[in-house]
Amino acid sequence: MIIEKLSLYFQFPFVRYALIVGVLISLSSSLLGVTLVLKRFSFIGDGLSHVAFGAIAIATILNLSNNMLLVVPVTVLCGILLLATGQHTKIKGDAAIALLSVGSLAIGYLLLNLFSASANLAGDVCATLFGSTAILTLTMTEVWLCIGMSLVVIAVFLLFYRQIFAVTFDETFAKATGIKANIYNLLIAVVIAVIIVLAMNLVGSLLISALVICPALSAMRVFKSFKSVTLCSVVISVVCTALGILIAILAGTPVGATIVAVDIATFGMFSIIGRLTGGRL
Amino acid sequence: MALLTCQDLALGYEGKKVVEDLSFSVDPGDYLCIVGENGSGKSTLIKTLLKLMPPVKGQILTGDGLKQNEIGYLPQQTEVQKDFPASVKEVVLSGCLNRSGLGPFYNQAEKRLAFANMEKLGIANLAKRCYRELSGGQQQRVLLARALCATRKLLLLDEPVAGLDPKATADMYQLIEKINANDGITVIMISHDIAAAAKYASHILHIGHQKPLFCGKKADYVASDLGKAFCLAKGEEA
Repeated sequence: MIIEKLSLYFQFPFVRYALIVGVLISLSSSLLGVTLVLKRFSFIGDGLSHVAFGAIAIATILNLSNNMLLVVPVTVLCGILLLATGQHTKIKGDAAIALLSVGSLAIGYLLLNLFSASANLAGDVCATLFGSTAILTLTMTEVWLCIGMSLVVIAVFLLFYRQIFAVTFDETFAKATGIKANIYNLLIAVVIAVIIVLAMNLVGSLLISALVICPALSAMRVFKSFKSVTLCSVVISVVCTALGILIAILAGTPVGATIVAVDIATFGMFSIIGRLTGGRL
Repeated sequence: MALLTCQDLALGYEGKKVVEDLSFSVDPGDYLCIVGENGSGKSTLIKTLLKLMPPVKGQILTGDGLKQNEIGYLPQQTEVQKDFPASVKEVVLSGCLNRSGLGPFYNQAEKRLAFANMEKLGIANLAKRCYRELSGGQQQRVLLARALCATRKLLLLDEPVAGLDPKATADMYQLIEKINANDGITVIMISHDIAAAAKYASHILHIGHQKPLFCGKKADYVASDLGKAFCLAKGEEA
């Protein structure tokens, strides 16, 4: 019964695209989750996605044909401002994120209210924030863009895996022993900004933190080495997203929120497993 | 030729001097212990030597072709590390990064080096354990093994025995002494344990309020009034 229904849905290309894009985005977003949690930047997903929301608002008003051209650079810039200079600024990590996040959310909404020609403003805003059905309405170009950017993110992570570990575990030591830590911090900031713009398509601005952080937190309940935590969070993320999309299709629930609900449930499950095994893995 | 020479150095943050008039040199094979009260500028000095911050005045000259990626460093533990999921092996291996090329893997030589250093410090049996679940003494050994992977000539240690129990403290000092004597690695260590400094170091730099009080061979320090006063005071405390 369920299988029949699914195979019916999978005849539509947009459902297949949604699944491919969803899996790729969740894969790349989970990669840096561990680093962000440990660097005390769990909320950067929230902050940067609101910046992206503000940028989308501006792009909408300017009637840009492809709003990614504005959204990606702006988000990357803010990511660099937050992460790469994070240690020495007057406004520290969490406060800076809060400021940027609330500010761009407010300004974005304000601009949309003042200038937007759309008849359904509340619906537009809701779609950007919660992702709603965006992933089901992807165009061919967007699908390829997502695939390309995900592959770049994955390649960068694999290539600089050891540097990312060193900079996350002990930035001072890395710097002192001749590793160019600032460059890698910059790299992490750029990659995370790209991931967030990607993930906005999937779960919308509000739920991105969950996509970035939840798999990492779940994996950290059970596993004890950086490699195993990273691998496990990738698997969790991909499985949860695929499951979330399938449930959303079958039950007709909002895609983003369903994925996050599955992620949260998984976190609960892993917490229990972590308790039971006492962290022996 | 001296490995490291400091000329008329003044240190501090944002132009505000913490300590000035520092001039000293470190020869290959030396074991220099920097002592002084909290806030006297010991950590600032180490950070400046590591080029993590610029000096306010003066300069640091390196000799013997010493490069930044030939220095090992044992920093004080950070907040992040307390819940960091990493195995001992991963942490020690990360010390090899400054001699390694790009790519996701360490090569065989680097893995052997990491393992040899773990053996040397008696933590090879902990290789698969999680770093954050180890005792304080074990964690310091892991970080020391990592520093050994990173160094070829010079090792800087920032309060290596802070928070350790007496047994672990004695073990740590002996390991450092061995590294200095057997492997010929120059050691610069910060400590406020003057008694231990007088016991293990070959040279002592005593930083007082804003300026150096003594700099030279250990024997001279112990014989000086300053050294006598401090060693005596420490002896009474104990």
